Amino acid sequence: IASAHIDGCLYHGDSGTLFAERLVSDGGKVVVPTTLNVGALDLLHAGRVRLAPERAAMARRMMDAYLRLGCRSTWTCAPYQAGHRPALGQHVAWGESNAVAFCNSVLGARTERYGDFLDICAALSARAPETGLHLDDNRRPSLLVDCSALDRRLVDDDAFWPVLGAWLGETAAGRIVAFTGLPKQIDEDRLKAMGAAGASTGAIGLFHIEGVTPEKFERPRDVLKLDGAMLHVARDRLSTTRAKLGDRVDAIAVGSPHFSYEEFRRLLVHLDGRKPAIPIYVCTGRHTLAAVERAGLDTRGLTIVADTCIVVTPILPSDTGLLMTNSGKFAHYTRPNTGYEVLYGSLADCAETAVAGRLVREEAMWR
Amino acid sequence: MTPLLPGTAEGAVLKLPHLSLWGGVDPFTGRLTDPALPHCGTSVKGRVLMIAEPVGSSSSSAVLLELLHAGNAPAAIVLGRADAIVALGVLVAREMGWATIPIVVMPPSEQEKIADGSRLKVE
Repeated sequence: IASAHIDGCLYHGDSGTLFAERLVSDGGKVVVPTTLNVGALDLLHAGRVRLAPERAAMARRMMDAYLRLGCRSTWTCAPYQAGHRPALGQHVAWGESNAVAFCNSVLGARTERYGDFLDICAALSARAPETGLHLDDNRRPSLLVDCSALDRRLVDDDAFWPVLGAWLGETAAGRIVAFTGLPKQIDEDRLKAMGAAGASTGAIGLFHIEGVTPEKFERPRDVLKLDGAMLHVARDRLSTTRAKLGDRVDAIAVGSPHFSYEEFRRLLVHLDGRKPAIPIYVCTGRHTLAAVERAGLDTRGLTIVADTCIVVTPILPSDTGLLMTNSGKFAHYTRPNTGYEVLYGSLADCAETAVAGRLVREEAMWR
Repeated sequence: MTPLLPGTAEGAVLKLPHLSLWGGVDPFTGRLTDPALPHCGTSVKGRVLMIAEPVGSSSSSAVLLELLHAGNAPAAIVLGRADAIVALGVLVAREMGWATIPIVVMPPSEQEKIADGSRLKVE
């Protein structure tokens, strides 16, 4: 393998720290370029994470162990936004489900869905098992999903892509799907959002989009025509509770996968200088944050979370509440991991809701 | 029943249609945490955890390792299909010299014949 991305640096208890320290004490060093996924701490914003002191100390020991193994301090679930972009056809070993889906689908590099621990073993040995998505046979699509009948306004909206991903994960877990009838130009942030949603709802590790994703494939004979009603169901499932327009919302969270520079810019355009009435948690990587700061973007109205995110470590101020997100992945993990109920909406919906402190959401397209 | 990781264990079956261990089980207590799934709040400790469709995060290995290390693990896991991420948690526990559990594969169609809460021996 040519590179690795390590998911195993997130603290889930002392066992993972002991494992990483064992690799260090046995003299381990990575032998390929290796990036690190989020840890359980925000190393740039002291006090942002509410982890108990003894757990924070073990989380820090774990992060330090991975650095001592020679990994880069990227601390992001979007390594592809921090310059880690393997070439088409290149074999790599990546962990973190959204990163795997992006790597296989959008970059066309080849990785199996590596779990914690196996990812670092691959980085230490430059080797991975010759199986799964490394092999041609397992990358061929067996189902063609035809999107040509979908309303173009829907497809043009950023809220469509996580819904498409969630639908994919719920419908086609275990299968490789190719899409046709989608636009020929799709923004990378949309593909990232789609993959992340599919990976969290159904372990999707690879999808193809005709004319967009780089890997060549033969059209499968099995065809499914996607219609709006199928997506409406998937969209409704991304909210865990029903709320009426105007209901009080406690917080907004965006940036799963980690917010890109372009997404920062878009959010600030939506806010247009207005001050949010409720916190907007923006989770991002330190590379993106450095670019945002260099460009002088005014982020004073945002609560920035770097190196980690709101569903992997305690950041939200309460154990219950109502949170709005534009992320299919946050929509999936927020309630079990934080106790907050979730409302799903577009980035524009999130911005308008933040300013109002009450639910504002575009519903017309989804009915 | 096809063994993925060998071993013998017995316990009361805890059935779930799908589960990601990360996000679905609290690694510190072993309790199921997803209100959208059956048995939310129940501990997996000592149970034969039967998952028709293993899904989701690649952090699931770490959650299982922590359950094994802290003594909160299920007695055995029965998966609807082979899943390397779940199996890896047990493999690492073995390498670290900690307690392990068997994992077997049983297709969802066969899982349907086994009642939730019934005793099952895995070998």
